[in-house]
Amino acid sequence: MTSDTTGITGADVMSGPPGIGALTEEDVRRIVRDEVQKAFAKEPAAREAAIIASKGTLDWAYPPLILASSAAAIGMDASVFFTFYGLNIIHKDAAKKLKIDPVGNPAMPMPVPIPDIISSLPGMVPMASAMMRSKFAKNNVATIAQLLDTAREVGVRLIACQMTVDVFGYRPGDFIDGVEFAGATAYMAQARRAHVTMFI
Amino acid sequence: MQNITEDKLVDARDLMCPMPVMAATKAMRRLAAGQVLKVMATDRGSLADIPAWAEENGDELVDSGEESGVFVFYVRKAAGE
Repeated sequence: MTSDTTGITGADVMSGPPGIGALTEEDVRRIVRDEVQKAFAKEPAAREAAIIASKGTLDWAYPPLILASSAAAIGMDASVFFTFYGLNIIHKDAAKKLKIDPVGNPAMPMPVPIPDIISSLPGMVPMASAMMRSKFAKNNVATIAQLLDTAREVGVRLIACQMTVDVFGYRPGDFIDGVEFAGATAYMAQARRAHVTMFI
Repeated sequence: MQNITEDKLVDARDLMCPMPVMAATKAMRRLAAGQVLKVMATDRGSLADIPAWAEENGDELVDSGEESGVFVFYVRKAAGE
């Protein structure tokens, strides 16, 4: 069809404009691949990570902070939205609030297998929490406080869910410095523009 | 490994994920384009993490290797960051 009106033939297209010379199929594939990669690199959504932290135990406090900080380290705009028990993580008393419950957690590493009926006795939660803390410390894993400092330093935004803050009776001053407050719509408005969203 | 002189050294030995990358990130932000950061780490995860970190930021992993149980990386900061 094109050759009828413009006089350009298929052979002209294949040989390309003067100066470029004949492109092999491999050349074309490489050029297209490079251009597509460049376009993806420029896409704003590829630079955005919006993570939700909903759990308030010591073990579950780690993933959102580690992932958000890692996202910031590779140049992404990263934020963590703390909701429900996740608010424990950014509470000033996080060191005391974040615990581990061995009950109903068969994956919990224990020196000897302990049945739930024993793990549910008083004193087991502090013991399991202390064990986990010392295991982390022995392996030079950062503390939650250190991870929070690092996250803020590399530019991770920490956002507290206003509704759960109010329901649990917290005040803005109960949280560490730098925490912002927002609601579900603000999160979604950001999340729809982010390639990386996670509910933890 | 080649003989490269670094402009800044991050000693992240004994630190676990994600701290070697975090220490490297903080140090790299203070370097100028073209300068080289040397990272020392013992966390085996850094073998995958540091090259991925460099590539995602457009920085160049100039060289890497292992010296008696310590992983060493040389990363040159890209222009225009």
